[in-house]
Amino acid sequence: MSLKLKALTKSIWVYHLSTGSCNNCDIEILDLLTPRFDVERFGIMLVGSIRHADAILVTGALNLKTIPRVKAVYDQAPKPCVIIAIGACACGQGMFKNGPNTPDPVDSILPVNIYLPGCPPKPEAMIAGIVKLIGKLREKK
Amino acid sequence: MSKKVIPIGPYHPLQEEPEFFTLYVDGETVTDIDIEIGYNHRAIEKIAESKSYDQVTFLVERICGICSTSHPFAYSNAIDNLLEIEVPERALYIRTIIGELERIHSHLLWLGLAGHFLGYNTVWMWAWRYREPILDIFERISGNRNHYAMFKPGGVRRDLDEADFPWIKKTLKGLIPKFDMFKGAVIDDPVIRARTEGIGILTKQDVHDYSVVGPTARASGVAIDIRRDDPYAAYDRVDWKVITAEGGGVFAKAIVRILELYESTNIVLQCLDKIPKGPIETNIKDMPVGEGIGRHEAPRGEVFHYIMSDGGNSPARHKVRAPSYVNIASNKKAVIGETVSDATIILAAVDPCYCCTERMAVVDAKSGTKLMDGQDLIRLSQEKTARMKK
Amino acid sequence: MKKLEIIENIKVRSEKELLAFSEKPKRIYFTIEKSALSKIAKYLFREVKARFITASGVDTRSNIEILYHFSVDEAGLVVSLRVILEKDNLEIESLTPIILCTEWIEREIHELLGVNFKGHPNLKHLLLKDDWPEGNYPLRRDQ
Repeated sequence: MSLKLKALTKSIWVYHLSTGSCNNCDIEILDLLTPRFDVERFGIMLVGSIRHADAILVTGALNLKTIPRVKAVYDQAPKPCVIIAIGACACGQGMFKNGPNTPDPVDSILPVNIYLPGCPPKPEAMIAGIVKLIGKLREKK
Repeated sequence: MSKKVIPIGPYHPLQEEPEFFTLYVDGETVTDIDIEIGYNHRAIEKIAESKSYDQVTFLVERICGICSTSHPFAYSNAIDNLLEIEVPERALYIRTIIGELERIHSHLLWLGLAGHFLGYNTVWMWAWRYREPILDIFERISGNRNHYAMFKPGGVRRDLDEADFPWIKKTLKGLIPKFDMFKGAVIDDPVIRARTEGIGILTKQDVHDYSVVGPTARASGVAIDIRRDDPYAAYDRVDWKVITAEGGGVFAKAIVRILELYESTNIVLQCLDKIPKGPIETNIKDMPVGEGIGRHEAPRGEVFHYIMSDGGNSPARHKVRAPSYVNIASNKKAVIGETVSDATIILAAVDPCYCCTERMAVVDAKSGTKLMDGQDLIRLSQEKTARMKK
Repeated sequence: MKKLEIIENIKVRSEKELLAFSEKPKRIYFTIEKSALSKIAKYLFREVKARFITASGVDTRSNIEILYHFSVDEAGLVVSLRVILEKDNLEIESLTPIILCTEWIEREIHELLGVNFKGHPNLKHLLLKDDWPEGNYPLRRDQ
């Protein structure tokens, strides 16, 4: 695998992007930092700027108003950048499918690498998902 | 103290896009504020018109993740009001227990965020750590840490198991010393007091003018609380008091929320003792034509649901009004005239759904140039605290 | 007592402009002409010191109905004022000069149902994006 991708799997810096969600997934993501789960001991860090991110955690059903912002954020992200869709809304819009303000799902404009379903997915599920992703990336040549 | 900023959520310095809160400043003082929403608009009211009455409970839960039970609560109250049916006693107690447990976890969440904005990241970590036992209780009762799907028109979906009660009581009583710790920290720490007292003040007149609700109103001495004013569920069957504070500033808002933690624990413990045996639901056969209004005192204030039925399977109209809708607008009064470094904590003091506070910007009132963004504002707030500590 | 007083006062103040009235425990609904809205809203907000909750608009297919909901907290009452607007004349006086809290909800009803609020200081989009197609009102049933 390329050097860049290999470096990525050592210590993932994640950037959180909400495309119009109820915040539950967002709160559970922040919960990962709290003492019970404490993902910082694995080197996973939440960063404030997209330019430092290795992975984007996307939540939400892709609200029309946020589309320009989502595209801009992705353009600014240094590649390679993995996209993790968290929650039922990001995976396939869930109950907001075909809503007037949420016509298309997240993966219509972002190349999602891994889907973590759940409403919201438990923090343990998120950690398991990220670990699977790292495993998958390491297998790639 | 290290100045490392632990960022929260989707704050990002992207320049060209519309901000949620735009503060106009002249030097250090905020002279005006522009509020723009709509980033979370998922057209839930419209979607509700194509879902069955039962499905709507799941839909409205997802309006907000933090106060996720408040909306099904108010919605169930609205349908019960429309049908004028009697909900079984046991269901009323279960509803109250779920509603109050949610209030505890929501206030602790706010406490953590407020701590972060002020630069007390330890407060953040500890407040969220002590949220976990509440989420464990929810998981034991309903199967999920959030979005518990306990409510339905006419009753509740799942029963509570008496065998769980001793464990629930023990968990809650174990949290009381932690609440004492937070209360002590906020009241006794001179820096926290100095940072929060006397800023972001809303007077009683402001509360009326802006139609403010919830702890934001009660912190100005206005004793409005739907649980007491328009009783529903089991709130008129247990002893509790409405918590108010004087002052109307950020400190008062923090005190109201912390004291409400004790009241909510008290209510849940009483409910666990008094809950009678019996059915948990009333069978609803069909929906007549009519209207219903249901309200609930959510952690942030009054949640209002209005249902219009035309006799069909789906609501003809479902209007939802969340408390943050009116509370956020009151920031126009609370933050103007204050300094930029106090802005984040004032805006956060009404406890808005946090995703809404993601995009903030500060603009020079004279030239219109953008000076800083949300990250900078938080950093300013944390730096001010650090200066005061010296 | 308070509830009866309020009902009486509204009936007196609206006189011929009161079209219908119905009540349930703790919920009162008045249907009034749109010309009476401002004075009844003023009465509730300024004299009774009721709290404005929100307004709900609905397309009933034959017309557009707007309900203004007020809460009289001391009595645990919700007083709702219903105004019916004909589809060929979707205009009503804005309540924003009297009640600050109506600013946002009037913008919302404007963009979702197409009602014009005369005298509103800032009738632009609240929730929908700025380039949402003109004339497309999501909550209307006739589009």
